[in-house]
Amino acid sequence: MLIQKPADFRSSEITDERVYVDRRAFMRAAAGIGAAAVAGASLPGLVTGMTASPRSRDEEELTPYEAVTGYNNFYEFGTGKEDPARNAGQLVTKPWTISVDGLVENPATYDVDELIFPYTHEERIYRLRCVEGWSMVIPWQGFSLSNWIDRFRPTSQARYVEFTTLYDPDQMPGQRRSVLDWPYVEGLRLDEANHPLTTVVVGVYGRPLPNQNGAPVRLIIPVAASNEYGFYANVNPDVDHPRWSQAKERRIGEFRRRETLMFNGYGDQVAHLYQGMDLRRYF
Amino acid sequence: MVSRRLGQFLVVGLGLAPATWVAIRALNGDLGVDPVETLSQVSGDWTLRFLLVTLAITPASRFLGLNQLIRYRRTVGLTTFGYAVFHFACFVWLDQWFVWADIVAEIADRLWITIGFATLLLLIPLAVTSTNGMVRRLGARRWRRLHRLVYLAGVGGVMHYWWAVKADTRVPLVYGLILAVLLVVRLVPRRRRHV
Repeated sequence: MLIQKPADFRSSEITDERVYVDRRAFMRAAAGIGAAAVAGASLPGLVTGMTASPRSRDEEELTPYEAVTGYNNFYEFGTGKEDPARNAGQLVTKPWTISVDGLVENPATYDVDELIFPYTHEERIYRLRCVEGWSMVIPWQGFSLSNWIDRFRPTSQARYVEFTTLYDPDQMPGQRRSVLDWPYVEGLRLDEANHPLTTVVVGVYGRPLPNQNGAPVRLIIPVAASNEYGFYANVNPDVDHPRWSQAKERRIGEFRRRETLMFNGYGDQVAHLYQGMDLRRYF
Repeated sequence: MVSRRLGQFLVVGLGLAPATWVAIRALNGDLGVDPVETLSQVSGDWTLRFLLVTLAITPASRFLGLNQLIRYRRTVGLTTFGYAVFHFACFVWLDQWFVWADIVAEIADRLWITIGFATLLLLIPLAVTSTNGMVRRLGARRWRRLHRLVYLAGVGGVMHYWWAVKADTRVPLVYGLILAVLLVVRLVPRRRRHV
C-alpha cells in the first residue's frame, strides 16, 4: 500500500475506460508476496460471535454463500465468473505480507496477521452493486480501513492511497495474459479511504475469506460500483456507462430489475464526500 | 447415404439439442448464479455457431464434395434464426422484463446491442423466404441474391459478440477467424469442371 501525494495521480491514469473489470474482486488491499510452502492454511483471526456493525444493512435478504463464492470477477484467476472459484485454490495466502510506503511516518512490511489480529472484527452486511448491472447483499467480516491508515500515519501532504495487488502469474493464471495491466492497481482519496464504510474484509458469512473472494484480505467500498471505470466510480444511476445501464440492477436470485440507488443507498453516509463535485464528470 | 427424410430428421434433432439441453438445465435449476446471463450467453453462442455452420455448408459442398449437405442449408439457417429469437427473447423478457422504454434505449444507445438487433432484423427476411414456396416465388436468382444478406449477418453477429465480451476476446476472435475463412473461400473463382 502506497500513500502518496496528489501529483502522482494523473487523471489520465485513473479514468481509464479500457479497464472494464470488477473492483470488488480486485480490491485486495495490497501486494503481498506469498512465497511459502504451506498451502491451504485457513486464516486465523476470525472471531465467532463478533459484533454487528452499525454500518450493516440487514433489512435485505442475503445472497447465498454459494453465489457469493461462486460468481466472481477476479481476472487474475480468469475472466469467466466461475473461473476464480476453480482456479484460486492454488494461491498461497500464508504467509502474506503487505508493504506500506510513500508519504507515511511508519513505512514497513507487515505480516498480514499483524494487520488483522489487533482489530475488532465486525459483521458488515453490505450491498454490492456491480457495474455490469447485477447486485448482491453480502455479510462480510472485517473492520474500517481507517484503522490501518491511523496506524501508518500519513504525512500532512498525503492525499491518496494507492493499492497494488500481487503479481504472480505462477499462482494467478489469469495474469499470464494481458487482459489488464498487471498488477492491478486501485486508488482512493484519503478521505474516502478513511470513511468508516470503507472496510478491510477478512471473512464472509462468518468463515475465512475464500481465495476467490480475495483472501487473505480485500477491500470493500459499498458506495463504489464494483468496477473501476473511473477514480470516483461510485454507484450513480444518473451517470451512464458505455456498456451497461447503471439505472437498474438485477439482484442475484431475482429476475425483475430494481432501480439502482444513488451511492448504492449509502448516500446519507457519504454524500458529504462528494459535495460540490460534478458527478457526471468525476464519477 | 442417409435418406433425405432421415437426414432432415437428424439435422432438426441436432439443431434442437442445445435448446433441449438448456431446458433440462433450467428445469433442474442448474443455470448458475445468474440464470438470465447464462441463458443469454448460451442462446447467443448457439446463434453464432449455427450461423457459422450455415455458412460452412456451401464451401463444404463445393470444396469437400459434400453435395448432399446443400439440402439442409435452409434448415440450419432456420435453426440459427430460432436461436437468435431465443437470444432476443432473453433480452426483452428475462433481462428487461418488457420495459419497452428501457429496451428501446438500450438498442439505441449501445452500439453492440444496436448491431445485435440489426443482425436479428437481417435474418428475418431470410427466415421468411426459406420455404420451398418462397424460393419458387422469388426465383432462384433473386432468392440467392437476397440470401447473400447472411454474410452481413455473420459479420454483425461476430461484431456483436466481440463487443459484448469485456476483456478476453479470444473466443470472439476464433469465431471471427472462422467467419473470415468461410467468407474468403467464397471468393475462389468457380471453374468449369473437367469431367
